[in-house]
Amino acid sequence: MDLTLRVWRQAGPEVPGHFETHEMRDVSPDMSFLELFDTLNERLIAEGREPVAFDHDCREGICGSCSMMINGRPHGPERGTATCQLHLRKLPDGATITVEPWRAAGFPIIRDLVVDRSAFDRIIEAGGYITAPTGSAPDANEILIPKEVADAAMDAAACIGCGACVAACPNGAAQLFTAAKYAHLSLLPQGQPERWTRVVRMVREMERWFGSCTNHGECEAACPKEISIDFIALLNRDYVKAQLRNRALAGQRG
Amino acid sequence: MGTVDLDPKVPPGPLAEKWDHHRFSVKLVNPANRRRFTVIVVGSGLAGASAAATLGELGYRVELVTFHDSPRRAHSIAAQGGINAAKNYRNDGDSIQRLFYDTIKGGDYRSREANVYRLAQVSVEIIDQCVAQGVPFAREYGGLLDNRSFGGAQVSRTFYARGQTGQQLLLGAYQALARQITAGTVRLWNRTEMLDLVVHDGRAVGIIARDLVTGELRRFSGHAVVLATGGYGNVFFLSTNAKASNATAVWRAHRRGALFANPCFTQIHPTCIPASDEFQSKLTLMSESLRNDGRIWVPARIGDDRPPHEIPDDERDYFLERRYPAFGNLVPRDVASRAAKREVDAGRGVGPLRNGVYLDFSEAIARLGRSVIEERYGNLFQMYERITGEDPYTVPMRIYPAVHYTMGGLWVDYNLMSTVPGLYVLGEANFSDHGANRLGASALMQGLADGYFVLPATISDWLAPLLGEPTVPIDDPVFTATETAVSERIHRLLSVQGRRSVDHFHRELGRVLWDNCGMERSAESLDKALGEIPALREEFWADVRVLGGEEHFNQSLEKAGRVADFLEFAELLVRDARHREESCGGHFRVEYQTPDGEALRNDAEFAYVAAWEWAGEGAEPVLHREPLVFEAVQPTQRSYK
Repeated sequence: MDLTLRVWRQAGPEVPGHFETHEMRDVSPDMSFLELFDTLNERLIAEGREPVAFDHDCREGICGSCSMMINGRPHGPERGTATCQLHLRKLPDGATITVEPWRAAGFPIIRDLVVDRSAFDRIIEAGGYITAPTGSAPDANEILIPKEVADAAMDAAACIGCGACVAACPNGAAQLFTAAKYAHLSLLPQGQPERWTRVVRMVREMERWFGSCTNHGECEAACPKEISIDFIALLNRDYVKAQLRNRALAGQRG
Repeated sequence: MGTVDLDPKVPPGPLAEKWDHHRFSVKLVNPANRRRFTVIVVGSGLAGASAAATLGELGYRVELVTFHDSPRRAHSIAAQGGINAAKNYRNDGDSIQRLFYDTIKGGDYRSREANVYRLAQVSVEIIDQCVAQGVPFAREYGGLLDNRSFGGAQVSRTFYARGQTGQQLLLGAYQALARQITAGTVRLWNRTEMLDLVVHDGRAVGIIARDLVTGELRRFSGHAVVLATGGYGNVFFLSTNAKASNATAVWRAHRRGALFANPCFTQIHPTCIPASDEFQSKLTLMSESLRNDGRIWVPARIGDDRPPHEIPDDERDYFLERRYPAFGNLVPRDVASRAAKREVDAGRGVGPLRNGVYLDFSEAIARLGRSVIEERYGNLFQMYERITGEDPYTVPMRIYPAVHYTMGGLWVDYNLMSTVPGLYVLGEANFSDHGANRLGASALMQGLADGYFVLPATISDWLAPLLGEPTVPIDDPVFTATETAVSERIHRLLSVQGRRSVDHFHRELGRVLWDNCGMERSAESLDKALGEIPALREEFWADVRVLGGEEHFNQSLEKAGRVADFLEFAELLVRDARHREESCGGHFRVEYQTPDGEALRNDAEFAYVAAWEWAGEGAEPVLHREPLVFEAVQPTQRSYK
C-alpha cells in the first residue's frame, strides 16, 4: 500500500517546528505503524538526513513509551490500541497521515515526536503509592479482597502512563491518569489508611502541571487501555470528601 | 582449561539454614549511619526499582540512573504470565524444597544450589510484600489469592494479575520508589544512560553516564554500584526484549574487570508470534500461561495445507503430549522450543511461511466456555489479533520460539557482588539462579528477590567497613580518565561517517547469531560465527553512519553505542558456546544429544560456571571456573516424560 506521511520535525524545545512530507510507497499492510517509521528512518539515514526521533520501547502496548498523534488522535484510529500495536492494515490505502507529538502544556517537546512526561512521575511521587516498607507485610492471604474489588482495582491499574488522555483533552487535563492510579490504590483495603491524604496530594500535584477537567470524555475514547471515566467520578467525590473529613477517624468504616 | 579460582562465598551449614546464618554473620550499618553511604543503582526494572526503594527505606542515599523517561517503562513491565512462590496455597504438595528442586532441575543442573534455595525461601515473602503494596493479583470469589500452573512444574504456584503480572509488580516497585523519591532518600536520573564503570584501586566507585536529552556526560560517585540493567537477548536483534534493552552497562563493567558468566545460556521461548517479514522489528511473546489451556499441534502429514479446522483430530500430531505424556504441553521452555523446531524443520510448520506450530484453544473453549478463556487470556488474545489480524477464539494461534531471556550474566557471589569489589549485579543482569534454562514465572521472582530482600541484606557487609570514608571526588583523575574514554568513543562513532545504518549491522549480527548460535549449535556453526563476527565488527567501525551530533537528543547515537558493544559481546557468547562441549538447557550442541534427541549433559567435565575475564582488545578472554557442587540434589538426566 501507499501512504503519505506528514511528520512534525522540531530540533529542540526552543526551536520552531515544521511538517515534513514523505511518500511511503509499496509498504506492507502487515507492518506496524512504528515499523513504518523504522523504514522511513532507514531511508532518511541513507539520504544523509537525520532520522525522526520518537519514543518507543516494548512494542507490545504495555510500556507506554510510544506517543504519536495520528491524524489528530492519540495513538490513531483503532480503539484501545497504542501506536505500536497499530498496523497499517487498519489505515486506508493512499491516505495522507499527519503525525505529531503529544500536544499539551504539561508535556514539553524534547525533539520531533518526543515529549517530556515526567510530570506523571511527580503525581505518583506525591501520593500514588501505599506505604509498605519492605519486610513489614503480613501473609498475603491475611488480606481478603473480594474478587470484584480486585478486578475493579486491576481495571484501573491497567493504565500504562502513556499520556494519551492528556493529549486528547481540549484542556490538557490529566484527570484520567490520576484517577486510574488513585482508584487502583483506593479501592483496595490496603489503600484505605492513606486514602484521604493521597487524594488531596495527588490532585494538588496534578493541578500544578495540567489543565482542569471539564468532562469532555475525550480521554476515555483515546485511552489505549480503555480505562473508564467513572474513575474520575471516584477521584472527584473523594477529593471533596477529603476536604470535609476528620482524618483522625479515617480508619473507621462508613 | 581455565583456572578454578572463584570463591562464591557460600555460607557454611545445612542448605536450609545458610541464609539465616548468613544474615546473622554479615556486618551491619546502624540506621543513623546509613545516610552517610551513597549507592548508585543503574536500571529501574523490577530488580533496580525494588533495590533502590528498599535501600532508600533503610536510609541509604541512592542515585537511581535509568535511560528510560520514567522508571515505569523498564521491560519488566512486559512480563505477562506470573510470579512463582512456594506458598502451597493450593495444598498440592508444594514447598520451598520443591520450588528449589524444580528450579535446579529446570536449569539442567547448572545453577548454584545455595542461591536457588535462598530464592525459593524468599519467594514467599515477595508475594506478601507485593500484596501489601497493592498489587492487584487475581483472586478467588472468597477473596483469597488465585494460582495457576506453569511450565516445568506439577503444582500451581504461580500468582498472576491477568496477563499483566510484570506490569503490576513493576508498578508496585515503582510506587515504592516514588515514595522514597519524595522522602528524599532516592534521587532519580531519568533519560540518563550509564556508559562506563569507574574503578579506583580495584573497587567500583562510580559511573559515567550520558544525559540523553542534552548529551552532557555526568559523573556519579558512590560507595557501591549496583547494576540491574537486564539481559542481553537483543544481541540477536529479533527477540521479545524491548527495543532499547541492551548489554552496554554489563559489557562496560566486564571490560573493567567483572567476569562474565555462562553467556551462551540463552533462552528461546516456545510461544512467540512467528516472524512475518523482513521489516520485522521485534518479536512478541504470547505468555507461557497459554499452554495451560492451549494444545500444541501440527498436521501429521507433511505439506498438509488444509485450514486447521478442516484437519480431523486423528490427522493432527499433538507432539508435546505424545512425546512427554507426564508434562504434556507444560514441559519446560527449552524442551518445548526444540520440539517445535523439530516439527518445523521436518516440514510440518504452519502459516504462510510454514514457520509456526498451532496453539489451539478450541477444546478449552468448548470445555470452559469462551468467557472463562477471555477472563484468563483476554488481553493476550487481543494482542495476537492486533498483530496477525486473526481471531484466536476461532482460528488456532500460530507460535514459534524466539529469543526471550538470558540466563548468563555477570558472575556474582552469594552476596550478589561481582568480581569487582563494590560492584553488585541483580536480576537478569547476573547469572546466578536459573542455570542453563529458566522456568516460567521465575524471572519476576528473581528480580524482586534480589532487589527487595537479598541485596539490602548483603550490601551492609561491604559498606560497614567503609564508614567514614568519603566517596571518591568526581574531579579525581580516575573519573576524568574514564570520562575521556567515553567521550572519545562517542566521537569515534560520530566520525566514521560511513554508508550503513546502525540497524543494518544489528540485523546482520542477529542473523549470524540466530543461524549459528540459536536453538541449535555445533562446533562447525560456532566456528563460522567466530569468523564472521570480528569481520562484521570491523565493517561497523569502518562503515557505520551515525548522523547528528553529541550535544542533543540523538537516538542513532544511543543505538550505535549499544550495537558496538553487542558486536564485542557476541563473540564472547559464541566462544562460550564453543567451549561448552555438552548440551544443557537452552544450550543445545547437536553433537551431544541422547538417542531420542534430548540434551546430553557432561557432568564429569562441565559441571561448572564458566566465567570469562576480559583480556583486552583482540586478546582471547581468560576462562575461570566455579565448580558446581550438588549436595541436596543429585543431577540426573532431566525427564519430563
